[in-house]
Amino acid sequence: MADTIEKISIIVSKGSLEGVYPALIMANGARAEGIEANLFFTFFGLDAIHKGRHEHIKLATVGNPGLHLATWAGGLPGMSTVMTHYLAGKMDKLDIPPIPEFIEMIADTGAGLYACKASVDLFDLSKEDFIPEVNGIITVGEFYDLAAGGQIIFT
Amino acid sequence: MTTKVYAGTEITVGDDDFFTDPEQWRTEMAPEIARESGIDDLTDRHWQVITFMRHEYAEKGTGPTVRVLGKTSGVSVKELYQLFPKGPAKLAARIAGIPKPRGCI
Repeated sequence: MADTIEKISIIVSKGSLEGVYPALIMANGARAEGIEANLFFTFFGLDAIHKGRHEHIKLATVGNPGLHLATWAGGLPGMSTVMTHYLAGKMDKLDIPPIPEFIEMIADTGAGLYACKASVDLFDLSKEDFIPEVNGIITVGEFYDLAAGGQIIFT
Repeated sequence: MTTKVYAGTEITVGDDDFFTDPEQWRTEMAPEIARESGIDDLTDRHWQVITFMRHEYAEKGTGPTVRVLGKTSGVSVKELYQLFPKGPAKLAARIAGIPKPRGCI
């Protein structure tokens, strides 16, 4: 019998569209395969579970060579918004949900959503700033307790 | 490709244990496949999902994703995971006798 993955914990540290989506797709995909999944949001990744910000996660158009766009063009006002809008349209066609809906769905699959305490303190945030699906604000030690026995993925 | 026997009938399955020919499926096979997948009792709610899977497959040629199931089958994502803890889209497809869905979402 081949080895199987029973549990994963994914750390989301970036607040850009390309930083958040892969983690959400992997967490949702894990649950769809019957794998236990936890998401731990740290640093700018916290925007993905921030009430006021998770609808406005944008693609990074500066410092992103994979976009094949001249640096000066990426910095033009509104470029990030336009590119994000363009990608959102393509994602909708592929049935990839917008970030707020995706996170709500991932919570419904039974995956755990956690905010990193150090980052929450650093950015002067509190529980009220986050969407209600968040299970708690936890320390790095508590994260390792949750992740015990599984694989950890850092994005 | 291998064969399996459900409800006394030999059927063809792929390496992943999913049906390769949905036409070979009969309702009386579902409880047996479900037991193999760790579901001892198929309730009306399970059947609602299984019937929907077969309907979607007949119409679109592929099994629906969990998101589509949650939006259109009449069973929420939360309940889908309670009914099929080891993955609703995958398990319901197997029990419904359709090939494994290959979506990423």
